[in-house]
Amino acid sequence: MSDTHAQTVSYVRETMLPQAEPPVGNRDALLWMRENLFSGWLNILLTLVSLYVIWWALAHTMPWVFRGIWNAGSLSECREIRDATLPEGISAACWAVLGDRWQQLMFGFYPRELYWRPVLALVIFLAAIAPVLFAHVPRRALWFTALSPFVMFWLLWGGSVWFPVSIAFGFVLGWAAWRALSGPAGTLVASIVAALLPIVYWLYTAGPLARELEQVLALGIEYVPSQDFGGFMLSFIIGIAGIILSLPLGILLALGRQSDLFIINKISVGFIEIIRGVPLIVWLFTASLLLNYFLPPGTNFDLMLRVIIMVTLFAAAYIAEVVRGGLAALPKGQYEGADSLGLSYWQSMRLIILPQALKISIPGIVNTFIGLFKDTTLVVFIGLLDPIGLSNAIRASTEWNGIYWELFVFIGLLFFICCFSMSRYSLYLEKKLQRGHN
Amino acid sequence: MTTTSDVPKAGFRPSQLIYDTRYRSLTIQVIAFIALMLGLSWLVSNTIANLSALGKDFDFGFLGQRAGYDINQRLIDYDSGSTHGRAALVGILNTLLVAVLGCTLATILGVLAGVLRLSKNWIVAKLMAVYVEGFRNIPLLLWILLIFALMTESTPQPRDFREGGGASMIFGDSVAITNRGVFIPAPHWGAGAGILLAVFLLSLVAIWAWRRHAHKVQEQTGRILPIGWGTLGLLILPTALAFLVLSATMGRERQPVYVTGAEAQMSLADYAAGPGAQGMNVCAVPGSTEALNLRRLMRSNEARFNLVAVEDNAAAIAAAEAGRCNIMSLPGSVDPATLPAGALALSDDIARGLPVEFERPVLGGFNFEGGLQLRNSLIALWLALSLYTGAFIAENVRGGILAVSKGQTEAAYALGIKPSRTMRLVILPQALRVIIPPMISQYLNLTKNSSLAIAVGYMDVRSTLGGITINQTGKELEGMLLLGLFYLVTSLVISSAMNLYNSRVKLKER
Repeated sequence: MSDTHAQTVSYVRETMLPQAEPPVGNRDALLWMRENLFSGWLNILLTLVSLYVIWWALAHTMPWVFRGIWNAGSLSECREIRDATLPEGISAACWAVLGDRWQQLMFGFYPRELYWRPVLALVIFLAAIAPVLFAHVPRRALWFTALSPFVMFWLLWGGSVWFPVSIAFGFVLGWAAWRALSGPAGTLVASIVAALLPIVYWLYTAGPLARELEQVLALGIEYVPSQDFGGFMLSFIIGIAGIILSLPLGILLALGRQSDLFIINKISVGFIEIIRGVPLIVWLFTASLLLNYFLPPGTNFDLMLRVIIMVTLFAAAYIAEVVRGGLAALPKGQYEGADSLGLSYWQSMRLIILPQALKISIPGIVNTFIGLFKDTTLVVFIGLLDPIGLSNAIRASTEWNGIYWELFVFIGLLFFICCFSMSRYSLYLEKKLQRGHN
Repeated sequence: MTTTSDVPKAGFRPSQLIYDTRYRSLTIQVIAFIALMLGLSWLVSNTIANLSALGKDFDFGFLGQRAGYDINQRLIDYDSGSTHGRAALVGILNTLLVAVLGCTLATILGVLAGVLRLSKNWIVAKLMAVYVEGFRNIPLLLWILLIFALMTESTPQPRDFREGGGASMIFGDSVAITNRGVFIPAPHWGAGAGILLAVFLLSLVAIWAWRRHAHKVQEQTGRILPIGWGTLGLLILPTALAFLVLSATMGRERQPVYVTGAEAQMSLADYAAGPGAQGMNVCAVPGSTEALNLRRLMRSNEARFNLVAVEDNAAAIAAAEAGRCNIMSLPGSVDPATLPAGALALSDDIARGLPVEFERPVLGGFNFEGGLQLRNSLIALWLALSLYTGAFIAENVRGGILAVSKGQTEAAYALGIKPSRTMRLVILPQALRVIIPPMISQYLNLTKNSSLAIAVGYMDVRSTLGGITINQTGKELEGMLLLGLFYLVTSLVISSAMNLYNSRVKLKER
């Protein structure tokens, strides 16, 4: 039909016109700005207010940051340089404190010539965590992951190599007992023996065994006491140990809370509610003031270890609640399906329920980890030298008395980088594990 | 032919405890119970052994002993002679104060940031994202220290507020931000304050009745009464009217100032120069407008004086009889026969004062006087807690709004509901169901995080009961137990309130 028109009516165009550009005000940046920044009077007002806020914040901080002085030995020297080079009344950051004290902020009072050890431990940690975090790393690397905690412990604290070896042997013992007994004696007996045997071994045999081996073959590196640990190294050790230990404990607590067994259920509920109801700082004071009351007279163990235990228990209670949410969100059919396949409780949990429940709980778990890592700063109140504690120590020295913002900015920035990358990883994981059709 | 399979006749065998699922759960529980009891008895026996080795006992008698330390921030009367129990109570109230203040501000900030982060305006959305990510990823302790340092290091000293000092008060000379804290006007209650309060409470009842009535009318006739405007009007109008009437009648009343040892019809300036020169002690009820106006009169005459706090007018007369003060102001209605012996009215008199008046802080000798002092510790803790928790609440709010599907809005529009009512009646109720539970757990976190008061020296319950009291009495076990119990009870109360709310708003499924 249109053909006839084209031939009969002279004012109908025969060829298609090329597509014209939109008018200048309606394309590219201008269009975007009109739609996103100036679409109405309220929007214009918001834009202007936020531009003013940004300008105000940057105008007050950026000159201070970029005028910063990097080469000075003390705050007074910094001020002299500032007064000599800048007009009066203009402030400038004194970044020299970071150059002077960054080792302390990072490692605390760890011996300077042994810095390679924590650094190597961090490298080992990153290598060990890779097969857990990323699926395309070969599965065989998980053996290295299982071994790495003992290597890291040995590298950080030093001392005889036989102590971590004898501790690790306890796990081997438990695993061997499980393998030997689960067939003939049934899973219940096997799991009880596999839990009890290593504990008995650690309590009575591990120490003497390590000493014997040390006498046979002395193998060790220089011992560094916990008091020398500090700075971000301390935050990392407490944070990472807490994260690794709290996840399995939290999952067990969540299963306990969902369990039909009355006593197990009540124990889990009581533990979770009591731990969650009281602030971490009170638990830390409990660890430093009271723990000695609850242990046999005469025992006195490392404050750092106590803190790690408390932080682990604290995070485990929070993770238990997150995982419980995941367990509750699964449709009942999944549980019934697992039962109808004839799977035992632990098989159904391991193969059907937990993989799905944990996937749902990933954001919550990572949030708990971020919270745990941030909460490691609280150990300053019981006398451990975390970055904030060290910033107080640096401020107490004569050279850097009165320096605030530079240290806060540095510590805040490092925490931000760690926590922000954790939250980004959780987003990546959520996307990767997405199995829905949307 | 019978084919029924035989039920095993054999009786109970011990091996069934392990292999039979009917008995196995029982076995597991008994083992767990025994392990728990063993563990607990181990802990208790260790504790008893350790306590006796240290020569300590386990009792809470220390709560009744004299505390002997001062608390600078308090909501109730307390001095160093009070008991440890009283100190703990002061701490608890301080914790609750900062928790309530923090929750309020955090909600405002969080809702604002959450809504703005969803804004179509690109800059505002990004700005809010920076706020949220910045506060969520940096430890709260660092924020508290940062804001505290900002308050103490970068604010002017009180002496800078003198002429030429470079600092000035804001909001029409009523608020001063100094490195010793923020000074704001303090309310004083005068004659008729009780009536004003009663009117306000009655208007709240009236609001409730009006809303009920409006709902009933709508249910029966479909007519929609103006609920919003009615509520607003009822909230403001009666109280404002009562305030005006009370101010015009009772507030304008003058009342004489009585002094002892003076001649009749002396002016205050003469009295201060003459009989009062060896010391002027003013009896007044603290916080009342009479006391405020009396003080204003003294100040305008540049008379120096001491303030003697009394409970009421009768106590003031008794104090004057005992010679503890020589100046007071009593209402004209007081029977002249009950006046203290030798008391005469000055030629100056004062106004009784409005039902509520605000006293502005003024720069005194070294610091601001009058008004309320909000200490830097309180402000830093409050702001840091609110900003930090606000960032988390913003994420909850954003998630809640996104959780309501767009179809709900479209369906409401299709039914012909106005946009404002769509928001109020369709979107918000559904979003709130998602927002409120995590929000309440954020309130819980804020309350627990207030224990970081230790960083700025704010005297919360952890600093009094769990800090100085423990150090002074050596009762770590009891002190920490009580402290933990306080936090536990607070959390359980808040979370049971949450469960109650949850079960109320839960989707009713058949």
